[in-house]
Amino acid sequence: MKGFMKKREKKSGGRKVTIRQTWQYHLLMLPGILVVFIYTIIPFFGNVMAFQNFQPALGFLKSRWVGLRNFQRILNMPDAARIFRNSLQIAVGKLVLSMLLSIFFAVLLNEIQHAKFKKTIQTICFLPHFLSWVILATIFRNLLDVNGIVNQVLVNIGLIKEPLMFLGSNDLFQGVLILTDVWKGFGYGAIIFLAALMGISPELYEAADIDGAGRLAKIWHITLPGIRTTVVLVGTLNIANVLNAGFDQVYNLYSPIVYRSGDIIDTYVYRMSFLSAQYSLATAIGLMKSVISFILIVTAHALARKFANYRIF
Amino acid sequence: MKKYKSWKSRLFDAVVVLLLIILGLSCLIPLLHVLALSLSSKNAALSGRVYLWPVELTFTPYKMLITDIRYLRALAVSFERVFLGGTINLVMTVITAFAMSQEERDFPARKYYMWVLLFAMLFGANMVPWYFMIKATGLMNTIWALIIPGALPIYNAVLVMNFFRNLPKEIKESALLDGVSPIQMLLRIYVPLSLPALATVTVFSVVGHWNDFFNGMLLINTPRKVPLQTYIQSLTINTMETSNTSLTPEELAALSSLKTFNAAKIIVAALPIVVFYPFMQKFFVSGLTLGSVKE
Repeated sequence: MKGFMKKREKKSGGRKVTIRQTWQYHLLMLPGILVVFIYTIIPFFGNVMAFQNFQPALGFLKSRWVGLRNFQRILNMPDAARIFRNSLQIAVGKLVLSMLLSIFFAVLLNEIQHAKFKKTIQTICFLPHFLSWVILATIFRNLLDVNGIVNQVLVNIGLIKEPLMFLGSNDLFQGVLILTDVWKGFGYGAIIFLAALMGISPELYEAADIDGAGRLAKIWHITLPGIRTTVVLVGTLNIANVLNAGFDQVYNLYSPIVYRSGDIIDTYVYRMSFLSAQYSLATAIGLMKSVISFILIVTAHALARKFANYRIF
Repeated sequence: MKKYKSWKSRLFDAVVVLLLIILGLSCLIPLLHVLALSLSSKNAALSGRVYLWPVELTFTPYKMLITDIRYLRALAVSFERVFLGGTINLVMTVITAFAMSQEERDFPARKYYMWVLLFAMLFGANMVPWYFMIKATGLMNTIWALIIPGALPIYNAVLVMNFFRNLPKEIKESALLDGVSPIQMLLRIYVPLSLPALATVTVFSVVGHWNDFFNGMLLINTPRKVPLQTYIQSLTINTMETSNTSLTPEELAALSSLKTFNAAKIIVAALPIVVFYPFMQKFFVSGLTLGSVKE
C-alpha cells in the first residue's frame, strides 16, 4: 500500500513546478474528487450516528449522543452473533470451494490441445459471472422449486424420497447459497489461474516426457507447483472478503423462513436501515463490519506483498 | 517431439474431456431450461414436463412481452442508464487516471488526492447517510441517482492509472518538449494508446449498470422510471408472496401463466449480456492483468 508514496522527488533534478503547469491536473481531478467527496466521504462521516440515537428529524447535530451504548446493545443481541456467523460461514464456504473448483477447471483446460473445444468450454463457463443475481435467482427459484427439475431428477434417480425445500430449509439454504455462487463464479475465477498456467515453461513438460512421466505426474510435479504463487496470492487476497457473503444473491434468494441460516450482515443492515428505521443500530453494525474488513484488507495486501510481491497501488 | 499417445494417455484425455463437458453443461442447463420454459405452453410448464426442450412450442409469452408497456419502459430506462452511466464512468475514469498517473514532481498534490480516493475505496459510504445525501442533492427518483453517486469507479481509475504509468515515458517527454498541454497530451497520446484498457473498464462498468437492481430499488420510487433488473426483482417478490398462501385453482392458473411469461422476461433481460458477451470476452483477461505494477 505504500507504493504510491514512494518518494520521487529525488529524481526531479530541481525542475521547478509552477501552478501554470499543474492547474490542468487539478481541473481534471475536480469532478472525480467532488463526486467522491459528496457521495462517499461525507456519508462516511455519517458513521457518527453509530454513537447517537439518530433521528432524521433532528439530524446529526441535534440527535442525542449515547456513546458506545449501541455497540453494547449489539453485543447482547442474539441476532448479531447469528448474522456474523452466517456471513463468515457462507463467505468462507464460497471462497474455498470457488477457488478449488477454479483451479481444477483451469488445470483440466490446460490439458486440452484442441483450441476450439477449449475456447467453447471457456466461453460457456465464463457466462454466468456476467448475469445478474436477479436473473439467476429467478432461474434457481424455478430449478429448486418443490416441483422443480432438480427435485424431479433427484427423486427419479432415487437419491431422495421426498422433494426437498432447498430455499425454505435452514439445513440446506447455506449449501444452496454456496453452491450456486460457486456455479456462477468458478469459470471467471479460473482466468487468473489460466494466465499463470501459460507462464509455465514448456521445456519442463518436455523434460518430464523424456523421463517418461505420466499425465497425472506432470500435473502434480509441474502444473500445480507452477501456479503455486498465484494460488497463494488469490487465497491471501480472499481474506479481505470473509465477511462479504454477497448481498445481491442472498437478498434475491432468501425469505423470512431461512433468516436463521441465511441472514447476513449486509441484508440485516439493509432491513434495519430502510424497513425498521433503526438507523443508529444499523450503522453501528455496518461500522463494525467496515472496521473488521479494513483490518482484513490491509492484512491481506500486506501478506500478498510479502509472499507474492503483489501490489496494486 | 513424440506424438505417439499411450492408451493411458488417451484414457486420461477422455476423462478430462468428459469432466469439462459436465462442467460446461452444468453452466448451460439452467439457462436452457428457462429458455425452454419461455417457449412452452402454460400447462406443460405447470405440470413440470419441460426440461431442456420446449413442450408444445408457443411464442405467446414473447408476444405478451412486446405489448407489456411496463417491461418495455424498464428496458428503455436500463438502456438509457447504461449509455449515460457507461459514458460518464469512462470520461471520469480517464481524466482522473490521467491526473493521478503523473509523477509527483509534475503534480505535487497528487498524493493528497490519492489518499482521498484510497480512503473512499477502502471504507465506502455508510448506506443511510449516503441515501440522505442523494435525497438532499435532489437526485432522488431521477435516472441521475443511478449515475452520479457512482460516477467515478475508483477501482477502474486505479487500474487505468497503472496502465498509463506503464506507457513509455519518452512519449510524454517528447510531447512536453513540443509544448503540448497536459489535456492535449491526454486526448492525443494517452487515450489512443490505451483503447483496449479503456474498453476493458467500460465493459466492467456497463455490465455493472445493467445488472444493478439495488440502487434502482432504493432510489427510484416511480414505477415508470425503474430500471429492468429492479422491475424483474419486484415481480419475483410478488409471485413468491402469492405462492406462499394457499391458492385457488384460478389463482394457480394465473400463476402458471406467469411462469412462462416470467421466463421470457428473464431471457430478454439476459439477452444483451449474452449477445455482447463474445465481443467482451477478449477484454476479461487483460482486465485482470491491467492493474499489475511493473517496475
